[in-house]
Amino acid sequence: MRKTMTSMLAGIAMTLASGTAAYSQELTIFWAEWDPANYLQELVNLYEAETGVKVTVETTPWSDFQTKAFTEFNAKGSAYDMVVGDSQWIGAASEAGHYVDLTDFFNKHNLKEVMAPATVKYYAEYPSNSGKYWSIPAEGDAVGWSYRKDWFEDPKEKEAFKAKYGYDLDVPKDFKALRDIAEFFHRPDEKRYGIAIYTDNSYDALVMGVENAIFSFGGELGDYATYKVDGIINSEQNVKALEAYKELYSFTPPGWAKSFFIEDNQAITENLAAMSMNYFAFFPALINEASNPNAKVTGFFANPPGPNGDQFAALGGQGISVISYSQNQEEAMKFLEWFIKEDTQKKWAELGGYTASAKVLESPEFQNATPYNKAFYETMFKVKDFWATPEYAELLIQMNQRVYPYITGNQGTAKEVLDSLAADWNATFKKYNRVK
Amino acid sequence: MATAVMTTLDPNSRSAARGMSDLTIRNLFIIPTIIFLIVFNIFPLLYSLGYSFTDFRASSPAAANFVGLQNYRELLNDPFIWSNFAITAKYVIVSVVGQVIVGFGVALLLNRDIPLKGLLTTLLLLPMMLSMAVVGLFWKLLYDPSFGIINYTLGLGSFEWLSNPDMALYAVAITDIWMWSPFVMLLSLAGLSAVPKHLYEAAAIDRAGSFYTFFRITLPLVAPILMIAIIFRTMEAFKTFDLAYILTSQPTTEVISIRLYKMAFQEWQTGRSCALAYIVLIMILAITNIYVKYLNKVKER
Repeated sequence: MRKTMTSMLAGIAMTLASGTAAYSQELTIFWAEWDPANYLQELVNLYEAETGVKVTVETTPWSDFQTKAFTEFNAKGSAYDMVVGDSQWIGAASEAGHYVDLTDFFNKHNLKEVMAPATVKYYAEYPSNSGKYWSIPAEGDAVGWSYRKDWFEDPKEKEAFKAKYGYDLDVPKDFKALRDIAEFFHRPDEKRYGIAIYTDNSYDALVMGVENAIFSFGGELGDYATYKVDGIINSEQNVKALEAYKELYSFTPPGWAKSFFIEDNQAITENLAAMSMNYFAFFPALINEASNPNAKVTGFFANPPGPNGDQFAALGGQGISVISYSQNQEEAMKFLEWFIKEDTQKKWAELGGYTASAKVLESPEFQNATPYNKAFYETMFKVKDFWATPEYAELLIQMNQRVYPYITGNQGTAKEVLDSLAADWNATFKKYNRVK
Repeated sequence: MATAVMTTLDPNSRSAARGMSDLTIRNLFIIPTIIFLIVFNIFPLLYSLGYSFTDFRASSPAAANFVGLQNYRELLNDPFIWSNFAITAKYVIVSVVGQVIVGFGVALLLNRDIPLKGLLTTLLLLPMMLSMAVVGLFWKLLYDPSFGIINYTLGLGSFEWLSNPDMALYAVAITDIWMWSPFVMLLSLAGLSAVPKHLYEAAAIDRAGSFYTFFRITLPLVAPILMIAIIFRTMEAFKTFDLAYILTSQPTTEVISIRLYKMAFQEWQTGRSCALAYIVLIMILAITNIYVKYLNKVKER
């Protein structure tokens, strides 16, 4: 018995020892479960072929990506060497020391110039304008729109639209046109609806959707440097923007109160809606005939400008960061050096990833590669994001709590909702001593 | 006292041959369980009680500061939390009452000699054996306004079960009733079959009506076991998370455990969420206590 025990223990020790030895040649990147993660796996396979270092992209569904990542960080776990973390996390993760400071790396490789400015500002730098960088922009993303070209180009529809609204039916030039077209195609008797928008309030979907309206109406969520929100989040533009978003909700398919990227793509594939809001990252599925029977007749456009001509979009996307608790930080830095090379970024874009490299984005090859790349390129230079402070999750939940009942349940007025939200946010910032 | 209830060890057994006493064997069985309970239940319970008086955040390396009763005070003054409690109470009442009516009703129907009774009972128990997440996901499809079978069968057109803020909570409760009525049915069936037949025969001789028989014989005799079913279902309904979380995201269905989850694992307000968990625990304990008192009363009768 004792002998068996001894040999078993020896076996375990051997396994552990050999495991650690192999570990140093391996890197693990944590990301959410979606197509870009598969493209990244294809990309890093090339790195393995070049260097012999095996890189694995580990994924988890979006709904618990944040929870799982932070649980691992809080436990100071070394399961992952790098994470492609959401843009809002950067404050929470950097202040808590979960991310390795990449400022030197950033400056050494002049990444401020190499990557598109918006991606540097929102994926990499924290606090804003501090010159401190925590991640390398990896997957650029923003909210854009897809639409049914066949519905838009139908001569009968064009004629009827012109008769009703006095201008030509085309890709919406502004939010007013977006609304009109949504209303025009909203025909519940025919089981056809005007528009598909984000409404899910379990994470950031609804807020991203509302942001699209707010930013294009010329509004802001607050002053990210001074944490002032009163008079900004409840400004007149924002009230109008929120009302506009609520009106769009009335042209959505039935049961549209918990929809995010899956439902919004379904709206196009299942012939439900004329236009659909979604992150660019989900558009590859729409030009693939295997996943979208309407692939040939699906078009794309950037978030339209608001009444005053401002044109912005809500930012998605992620930067890649090295985790402080990783035992392979040196190896991870070597990987990042490879990742930022122009050739790698080109390859990344070819595989389907949305590179943040300014040079690749500007190249005609990239812009003509897919029907939506041009819209993506245009959008990436006019994006804005949610708060990135460590308490962003509380701010997000407060915004969901206030805005969701108004949009989907018709409760209160836009002004009341945003006034209450301003009070909530102010109280939160006071709690964390960001304002006095 | 403890030794009095124990049977004596067979002197020829292997344990006796190894020189183990009755006490050693008892300890061998009990101590691991107790250690397990202490490590995984009692210790975290007390530990989180400590945290509930601090501003600790698991996501931050900053040390926890003692804040006294601030977390409790702020939580109990938060109108959103109170609305979460009101939603939970409404949900508990609707779903438990529904389960008792359906479950007990089906048990009454089954408590007679019918062909294939065993098979029928087993089939009726199936919903209870499924995973909550699976039930949530497929009821979401059943409720779908565009292609859901419920609207199709009932001819409701595109009625929005889950996106209608007034209906969503009932939709979740209906799913819960479907899933857990079999549990009430099973316990009721056990209670019903234990009612002595001679009581019914005596009632029949006295020409008691079926109404009278039910309220004077069946119900009082089944009441204790039915109460146990109600206690279990109330506690479970109070803690509901999966079904409501999967089916809908309406603020009108944000039961207290969903709020607690968001507070603890999305906002990482660890200290405050510990306080909320304690408030919930105290409430469940109080409700269960009332039930248990009532149960004892019923038993005494």
